[in-house]
Amino acid sequence: MLAKRIIPCLDIRNGQTVKGVNFVNIKEVGDPVELGALYAEQGADELVFLDITATHEGRKTFVDLVKRIAQHINIPFTVGGGISELRDAEALLSAGADKISINSSAVRNPQLIDDMANNFGSQFVVVAIDARCEANDHWQVTVSGGRIPTDKELFSWAKEAESRGAGEILFTSMNHDGTKNGFANAELARLSESLSIPIIASGGAGSMEHFVDVFTEGKADAGLAASIFHFKEIAIPDLKEYLRSNNIVVR
Amino acid sequence: MKVVIIKYNAGNIQSVKFALDRLGVDAIVSADPEVIKGADKIIFPGVGEASTTMEYLIKTGLDKLIKELTQPVLGICLGMQLMCQWSEEGDTSCLGIFDEKVRLFRPKQGEEFITKVPHMGWNCITDLKEGIFDQSLEGAYVYFVHSYYAAKGEHTSAVCDYILPFSAALQKDNFYATQFHPEKSGDIGSKILKNFIEL
Repeated sequence: MLAKRIIPCLDIRNGQTVKGVNFVNIKEVGDPVELGALYAEQGADELVFLDITATHEGRKTFVDLVKRIAQHINIPFTVGGGISELRDAEALLSAGADKISINSSAVRNPQLIDDMANNFGSQFVVVAIDARCEANDHWQVTVSGGRIPTDKELFSWAKEAESRGAGEILFTSMNHDGTKNGFANAELARLSESLSIPIIASGGAGSMEHFVDVFTEGKADAGLAASIFHFKEIAIPDLKEYLRSNNIVVR
Repeated sequence: MKVVIIKYNAGNIQSVKFALDRLGVDAIVSADPEVIKGADKIIFPGVGEASTTMEYLIKTGLDKLIKELTQPVLGICLGMQLMCQWSEEGDTSCLGIFDEKVRLFRPKQGEEFITKVPHMGWNCITDLKEGIFDQSLEGAYVYFVHSYYAAKGEHTSAVCDYILPFSAALQKDNFYATQFHPEKSGDIGSKILKNFIEL
């Protein structure tokens, strides 16, 4: 049976791993290749590396880093951050990335999803959506790390992304991110039931039970988290064992 | 030992090269027929769309070349599908090394957890036949990403179950193929690649 995936996410700035709490107050936690290899060894199913460097020099460092990751790590990994043109994706693909994730650039230019999918295949294209619940249960899509609201709504945008050729949706609830109170399970379940591509849940992981909930109530295909892994609050082997004992199929 | 990865217009060849590097094998990436024919082991990777890739193989003469190889050949993912007889993707006549046909996964309606296409993630392989597998790998998890599958048939050398049981691997004479990505399947995948290199 297809296993539920556990995905540590590493935020990268200038070639180093960082983790922001609610995307501010960034704190350094280590070398991305070393940390990624450690997670792979511990049983992580995939890795996500998000480049939060904005500068041109940082960009080049990131492509070099992606190549080092591909050389040393033997599980699939997604890279994201600052990808706004086909040639950005192409550079990352040739460096050895398995998937790219696009977020703000897809909101600004939805055609980018079609172009990426047509050129590299849907399996290469993860559309990341950061959304915040406003009044009246309206889930507003935000960009630039949650700072800028847009006119898009979560469920219709996710559906559009799928029809344009996205291979997966990575949904981060900005209401849950950094809280450690659990994932946005109701919204995740709604996404999972209305789309036929895999859903990666992000934002809110604080305990092992939260992962059981996200796979049962939230019907997610994969659960992503950062700080709880980086700060060793949850060890991946323990998490896998806990999920197994709760009848969740894991590798 | 000379290992050649066939270079063509499909996919993430770099990952396969890196996986072999990690095994201490310095593979050559080439589209040169003489280099390919002179190899001890050949890997035919691939991520992409069947009909355009098949057209490219015909145009470059790689189609005939691959079929005539007598040394061990390992097709991966789309490489495996192209080694089959036919693919529903673009209604494509493929290389015909394996008689099996390639079809699109159709989600089962109403069955929770089995309604997603592509089949993406880690799933287990069973009913393994010797060759690139050994008994220690029975039930092991490997990484899949695909929307089309090769049906089970006489050349099936590993089975995976997603929506229905399908060929996770095929083998006939010197031709080996995996639907999953050994280069991305952790230590299990490395073991399978090593078994192929050591054939």
